[in-house]
Amino acid sequence: MNEMIHVLSALVENKPGVLSRVTGLISRRGFNIESLSVGPTEDPTKSRVTAIVRADDVAYEQITKQLHKLISVHKITDLTDERAIERELVLFKVNAPAERRSEIIEIANVFRANIVDVGRTSLTVEATGDEGKLKGMEDLFRAYGIKEIIRTGKIAMSRNSKEA
Amino acid sequence: MAKNTQQAASTVSIEGAAKGPGSANPKQGKELTGAQAIIASLEAEGANLVFGYPGGQAIKIYDALYDSDILTHVLARHEQGAVHEADGYARSTGDVGVAIVTSGPGATNTVTGIATAYMDSVPLVVITGQVPSTAIGTDSFQESDIVGITMPVVKHSYLVQDVDEIAPTFREAFHIAKTGRPGPVLIDVPSDIQSQVTVFDYPDSVNIPSYRPTYRGNAKQIRAAAEMISQARQPVLYVGGGTLISKAGPAVAALAHAANIPMVTTLMAKGAVPASDPLNFGLVGMHGSKYANRAINRSDLIIACGARFSDRVTGNVASFAPGAKLIHIDIDPAEIGKVREAQVPIVGDLRRVLENLVQLLEDGEVALPDTAAWVKQLDAWRERYPLYDKRLDESAEQIVPELAMKLLSEALDPADSIVATEVGQHQMWAAQFIDRELPRTFLTSGGLGTMGFGFPAAIGAAIGNPGKTVVCIAGDGSFQMNSQEMATAAINGAAVKVVILDNRALGMVRQWQKLFYKGRFSATELDICPDFVKLAEAYGWNAAQVSDPAQLAAAYRTMLDTPGPYLLDVIIPRDQSVFPMVPPGGRTGEPIGAIDTQEGARELQALEGGDR
Repeated sequence: MNEMIHVLSALVENKPGVLSRVTGLISRRGFNIESLSVGPTEDPTKSRVTAIVRADDVAYEQITKQLHKLISVHKITDLTDERAIERELVLFKVNAPAERRSEIIEIANVFRANIVDVGRTSLTVEATGDEGKLKGMEDLFRAYGIKEIIRTGKIAMSRNSKEA
Repeated sequence: MAKNTQQAASTVSIEGAAKGPGSANPKQGKELTGAQAIIASLEAEGANLVFGYPGGQAIKIYDALYDSDILTHVLARHEQGAVHEADGYARSTGDVGVAIVTSGPGATNTVTGIATAYMDSVPLVVITGQVPSTAIGTDSFQESDIVGITMPVVKHSYLVQDVDEIAPTFREAFHIAKTGRPGPVLIDVPSDIQSQVTVFDYPDSVNIPSYRPTYRGNAKQIRAAAEMISQARQPVLYVGGGTLISKAGPAVAALAHAANIPMVTTLMAKGAVPASDPLNFGLVGMHGSKYANRAINRSDLIIACGARFSDRVTGNVASFAPGAKLIHIDIDPAEIGKVREAQVPIVGDLRRVLENLVQLLEDGEVALPDTAAWVKQLDAWRERYPLYDKRLDESAEQIVPELAMKLLSEALDPADSIVATEVGQHQMWAAQFIDRELPRTFLTSGGLGTMGFGFPAAIGAAIGNPGKTVVCIAGDGSFQMNSQEMATAAINGAAVKVVILDNRALGMVRQWQKLFYKGRFSATELDICPDFVKLAEAYGWNAAQVSDPAQLAAAYRTMLDTPGPYLLDVIIPRDQSVFPMVPPGGRTGEPIGAIDTQEGARELQALEGGDR
């Protein structure tokens, strides 16, 4: 059985406790959630949960079927195999002595990231993008020393072409 | 309105409509407190029996209950007992069982009962009082996050946050509990909400877009199933508990007889098809017969009917029925493909799917399979490997448990009796030897395996089925887990007959220790304590003890003829094992300890220390 990363997108009731039902079920069935993001949708009574789960295909199918059984879950979409739009926002706090600041700012510019805070010895960079881009930045920043990374967790949306 | 009621009557179990008056209830439109609205909601649903135990945060509900002419309340002696009683009521009647308890420990005491019902797909509505909304989250007295605690073991749950939500919440809860794959639903009601005032407006329908069970099976898939059946030479109907829920027993039997297909049943399906049906080969799985296990293992086609390939049925999944294709029919899509890949998956209500399938066969749209040789083979195995053979087991001095169960089975009228069991050796002997002809007459905790379930479940069944003989088959270990409910039975006139197969041991665990742990009987041998007869008498029951095989039949007769609750303590030897047995994770086709009449012995060669 080959485990692979699945991007699970669930449309759920926007009510207290629903996130706990969803994540509790995933962990109860023995799967680790690698990343998670939740937010309301265009319909304020519903929320979108995007979870990154590592599982083989049979196990993943079982998770989605079990999630479907939750009364609070409207729809489950697997955005793994399609060319879905994936984004994540990351804040990097990078070591930046005065003499190296400009290098770091240059890297940030190449990646179209923003400098959101400047300290005496560090810079905070805000970056959005897909996994490859963020990983690329992280690798470059490592050379300077990363003090802290905070990530929002991935969100994903299917492309319009699929609806047509 | 009349039309609505008619529709509701004909499709109650499918549509999930209220069994009671619904919006036509006499309290509709009146101003009620939240607590009164809870009682009015139960009345609107047609509940007339609730089990429970009061407490500080349920006091307002109990105050409102005091005024109800419709609801009868059965006061348990422990909240776990109350939930199992509601469960036994639900399993035996097919209605939703209702329990009311207070917050904190009252609520946490329901957890085992709720989990038991969840594993066996039993419809319950459990109402828990909660501390006032403003106190939630402050560790206030008798506060517990029961919605959080029970989340993994409920079909759904609610924390009521507005008094106007009470009526629609109850309608939804009953609908969810009894439709699709049934299950327990919990409603947590904070005390302040119970005293707020609402205009009672009970809805007749629900609108839950995210919950739409599939009832109608896919026609193409049903045709594919018919064609697969037509090709089979060694098919088996694997009949599970869903058959009872879907009222599909007659449809299963119709398919079996239309195409001459043998049936094997899970523990949960006992009674779904009559034991007397010659095509019913009975219990399959860990303690099923060798012939039933052989049948499913050597089949070339399994037709799974509301069954879920539990590990207690399959043993080692990889070696289970290696040559069989699978048609899997279940209302819960998550069960299909969970353990075993299905070549023809059909999601839908079992009864409807099977009726369509039988129609295809009877219309001659597909040819009937030729299974005569297969059924003949199974009959020969049934002859050769019986569950009991008196040449092997009869003892003049001591009561043989298998024989005790056979005798009890013969003493009961299957049309007029309900048997509940606890969990352990006695449960398996009961499953092997108590014959059942009708659905909902064998109540047992199959999935969770809850010791302490059977006795309160029997009380719930007795109260819900007046006039029927209700027997609880217990072990001396299990019975002590909820023996306080003897008071509930005595006070509420539940004429439960408790048969304790008393081996002064936690027999099933002891059996495993004997077989797989070198006979190191760690913590499984019980002392002769209590004196069950004296215990029963303390609760005002009649009771007797029997240890002489020659007196057992008479003891049963006395038990069944004595009005009111009765306890019969049947002394059996400590060292008896339940056989046949598929060792855990073993190959089901090769159980140990089966009787082989050609050899005139039990097949124990695989075991050291198998002493009988």
